[in-house]
Amino acid sequence: MSFIRKNLTRFLLLLPSYSWLLFAVLIPLLIMLVFSFLSDTPLGSRDVYATLKNYQTYFSLGFYWVLTSKSILTAVYTTFICLLIAYPMAYAIARRLPGRWKAALFMLVIVPLWSNTLVRLYSWAIVLRDGGVLEYALKSIGLPIQNLSILYSYPAVIIGLVHGYLPYMVLTIYVVLDRLDDSLLEAAASLGANPWQRFLRVTVPLSLPGVIAGVIMTFIPVMGSFIEPRLLGGKEGTMIGTVIEDQFVQLFNWPLGAAIAFLLLLMVLVMLTAMGLFVRRLNRTSIGGTE
Amino acid sequence: MKFQKLSFTSILILMAAMLLISCGKATQTIEASINQGNDNQIGGVLRVLNWQGYGSDESFALDEFGKMYGVKVEHDYITSEEEMLTKLRTSPGVYDVLLPNLAYLPIAVQEGLLEPIDTSMLENWNDLLSRFKDLDDIRSNGQVYGVPWTWGATAMVYNTEVYPDGIDSMQVFWDPNYAGQIAWWDSYEDTMALVGIAMGDPDPYHPKDLNAVKQKMMELMPQVKTLWASEDEFDKLFANKDISLGVFWSGSASRAATVMGLPMKFVIPKEGAIAWIDTWAIAKDAPNREAAYRWIDYMISSGFYIRWDTEVGAPAPTTQSSIDALPADAFNRAVMGDPQVISRLVWMQTVSAEDRQQWNQIWEEVKAAQ
Repeated sequence: MSFIRKNLTRFLLLLPSYSWLLFAVLIPLLIMLVFSFLSDTPLGSRDVYATLKNYQTYFSLGFYWVLTSKSILTAVYTTFICLLIAYPMAYAIARRLPGRWKAALFMLVIVPLWSNTLVRLYSWAIVLRDGGVLEYALKSIGLPIQNLSILYSYPAVIIGLVHGYLPYMVLTIYVVLDRLDDSLLEAAASLGANPWQRFLRVTVPLSLPGVIAGVIMTFIPVMGSFIEPRLLGGKEGTMIGTVIEDQFVQLFNWPLGAAIAFLLLLMVLVMLTAMGLFVRRLNRTSIGGTE
Repeated sequence: MKFQKLSFTSILILMAAMLLISCGKATQTIEASINQGNDNQIGGVLRVLNWQGYGSDESFALDEFGKMYGVKVEHDYITSEEEMLTKLRTSPGVYDVLLPNLAYLPIAVQEGLLEPIDTSMLENWNDLLSRFKDLDDIRSNGQVYGVPWTWGATAMVYNTEVYPDGIDSMQVFWDPNYAGQIAWWDSYEDTMALVGIAMGDPDPYHPKDLNAVKQKMMELMPQVKTLWASEDEFDKLFANKDISLGVFWSGSASRAATVMGLPMKFVIPKEGAIAWIDTWAIAKDAPNREAAYRWIDYMISSGFYIRWDTEVGAPAPTTQSSIDALPADAFNRAVMGDPQVISRLVWMQTVSAEDRQQWNQIWEEVKAAQ
């Protein structure tokens, strides 16, 4: 009796989230997977048949691959810069600051998440454009700058993306560092490890799950990003994400858009699996086989 | 193997449709003041599908129409002609009226997305200039599907303070002296046509040598400062003096000068320009058909047009009384009424899905090389 009740409770607790996942994620994804094998978008009075031509189109056009590698590279740059900024920041907030400062700095990290993406990107446009805030600031400290020309270029895209995804990276790393068991560090110290050794051999390995979560939360969306490249990149802002957007919005060719999106998803899965294997090995060697 | 007849597919389509509707919904509502004792009152809601800031959502229009007929007007916005068609395909019976471009009207008619219009129910129909009223493209099987509302050109604008001597040729887009001064419209369709026109092709909608056009696009790109995607974006670039030259729409140029006071001049270059016509159409199974007819009649009235053009800025009108009400030297009367100018225009044409796919790939390839 109590066994049934326990299971029923569990079922009811999970029902909302799983039905949400089913209807909002899984089913639409399956629809798109089916679409990607169709000859035309099956809406209105169109005859459609099953085909592989959308996938063939992707591989037959060289520039699709050029744009895909550009998107992958963009995701690598963005993730790397985010990590470089986020780790020291999360470390300082979690382990080096007193309570009330913690809360204040934490707020500063989260606030960008509350603002609308478009508002955020247009603010960047004001900062980065020729004669904009950044140029003015650099000139006023005496740097000999004529035209900054950052807006409508590739670096502007990276700046916009880093700003957009930094909070996720800080949050995920902060969570693991905040919960780090102090007694482990004390144990290391009592065994003669100096501060650097303690950081590299205890703190860093134990914070890896947070780092990985942050990397995943940054890398995947950046690879498919299209708003930031479109608004900040100017003519250098064409990426595989904007190609997918074009297929859906401009051309009503959902099948081709879906096919490219699924190929992208496949590449992400391969890369994540490779990264997972690498990290597992790293973990095993650094803290003596806790795996 | 045909998927269409399977019932599970229809469920999938329904789900996809629901997704699409929930995305990007931007509706604007104005409460109509109830005017009792007026015989004209129709009541209910009128759902309009149009570009944002394109006349029909001006508050004076919503007020005026609301007072006359007691109808609440709700807008849903589009960012491309394809998006308009997609919204009709995925949500039949939701919208009442929409504003397709004449080049996209035949696609909508062919797919059964529109209702024929009984022109005898429109008081202002006979006020339309015959060259719009008699257009073949607004008809299918003898029935009218689109009511021409405004027309305009896609061509070039320049900053009159930077170029006091004026510019009359598209060759400046390829002139190294103007490098970095240009904002180009990020549309594969219009880019294809405009580059064709600049190369002297009399029929740019059927290019004979796609490679030559692509090569010309490649030469254009280093000259371009940035690509713009919305009217507002272009206005900002121009106002900030990030650019002084670009591809723009005639109606938008007039708005930029009227509302924002920008030193922007629109020219139809000697090589020619793209001309387009926007038409009001009634969606298949429109829930409020009566209000839809009254709306279209109001939209083509000179009363609405003159307020729109003088207070906000509009493209050229299609009715005689609107033209008569314009000042003799107004751009929309003087320039757009000049037979010499009209003869240089290349009217936008319906492009097949295959051609559009190919043109888009060319444009993406050109951009990918940057």
